[in-house]
Amino acid sequence: MIIPIDLIILVLIIISAIAAITVSDLLSSAIILGAYSFFLCLLWTVMGAVDVAFTEATVGAGVSTVFCVAAIFHTTRRTKD
Amino acid sequence: MEQILSFIAAKANYWAYVILLMVGLYAMIVKNNLVKKIVGMVIFQTAVILFYVSIGYKTGGTIPIIIYGDGHNSIIEPAAKAVDYINPLPHVLMLTAIVVGVATLGVALALAIKVYQEYGTLEEDEINKKIRA
Amino acid sequence: MKTLGQITVLFCGGLLLFFTSDFPDFGDANSPASLHLSPYFIENTLKDTAVPNVVTAILADYRGYDTMFETTVILTAGLACFLLLRIPKREVKSRYYLHEPTGVTLRFEGDKYPQKSDVFKRIDSNWVPYDLIINFTCRLLIHFIQIFALYVVAHGHYSPGGGFQGGVVLGASVILFAISGNLRAAIKRFGEKTAALFSAAGVFIYAGTGALCMMIGEHFLNYNFLSPLLGTDRIMARSHGIFIVEIGVAVTVMAVMIWIYYNLSSAGKQDEGL
Repeated sequence: MIIPIDLIILVLIIISAIAAITVSDLLSSAIILGAYSFFLCLLWTVMGAVDVAFTEATVGAGVSTVFCVAAIFHTTRRTKD
Repeated sequence: MEQILSFIAAKANYWAYVILLMVGLYAMIVKNNLVKKIVGMVIFQTAVILFYVSIGYKTGGTIPIIIYGDGHNSIIEPAAKAVDYINPLPHVLMLTAIVVGVATLGVALALAIKVYQEYGTLEEDEINKKIRA
Repeated sequence: MKTLGQITVLFCGGLLLFFTSDFPDFGDANSPASLHLSPYFIENTLKDTAVPNVVTAILADYRGYDTMFETTVILTAGLACFLLLRIPKREVKSRYYLHEPTGVTLRFEGDKYPQKSDVFKRIDSNWVPYDLIINFTCRLLIHFIQIFALYVVAHGHYSPGGGFQGGVVLGASVILFAISGNLRAAIKRFGEKTAALFSAAGVFIYAGTGALCMMIGEHFLNYNFLSPLLGTDRIMARSHGIFIVEIGVAVTVMAVMIWIYYNLSSAGKQDEGL
């Protein structure tokens, strides 16, 4: 039965999404966003959308994390919320 | 128990998409930091993508790559049945949306860097204060 | 603002959750989204275009206009990043050089720096010592990443992949080179002008293929009419047309990813960066 795997990944996705917006360090936020993208990639592989999963693995978990880190490098990683 | 599990499985993806959409919207409205707002925007985008991919799924369907014989005489193969394959149309729409999403993420981060160079902070209330002063 | 935001989020979320009961069940084969257009694509793609991967066929053939303008959107995003961040080279106050035989770091004022010297190596002002292991491993990996990216572009017809994914992987290989070494070395190999030219050239390849179809035969982006040029029958001509278009997409996506990274990581100076 494949549905419980689906549900577990959904729970992980929601947890990482909430963690990404509550953590008070922007660098951690960027890294957790990368993990969030990776869980989404797993979910799409389970759901049979292989092309979307491939794109998410390269773009979401790879390049967008690098962009966020590069932007935080030139601004600040401290925040109040 | 079986009924509850099947009911949850039938709707769980839609609930998850609503929760992710609201997490993104909350971050975009409430959070004070510009990078946090951008993170919320990314979560909002992926929630919409999750919704689209969910409506295309078919139980028992395989990935949308047509299975066929040796690859040389593809034209005489029998036609594929639509029930056997997951709906490929949402995948196409969302595939381009992801790549465009990362390009717009780059533009948003560029704007954030420019704002930081101008005002020396990423917090929205401090920026407002400096604009009014 | 906080309570207002919470009220809005709870209200919208409640409404959306309430109306999820009207959606078709997850995994329903007879949901409205799967009934109208997609059966045609699944049943006729192999017959029409000789491409087994339905996603690639729809992406580059049936919905070719859509993908063409998505590529243009990506080019526009790259241009927007460039126009927002890029600043002309200012007068540099001081630069740091490492005297390699002794390991002493020297600071040079103004333009009095040893440009052609072999013993002096320029380093960033926020320089940290390069990790030899990371540097060497990345240099070993980059070739394989690039070959894999070419494989992904070329085999988009038969397996998951295509122009977008292959282009991003190609761009990521150059970004990895810039991260593991330094930004100047990457810019020396894949410069800013090259990135700008490539990102425009990809869109040109895409739109040019469409215009070529229009010049030979009838419709824009109807690859059937490329068959006399490619020397194949009309169905295989569509397959090859998809391949040409995917190359255009890959070139644009690669160049734009690298270009955005250069601008973001150096905050527009393209001199010293992450």
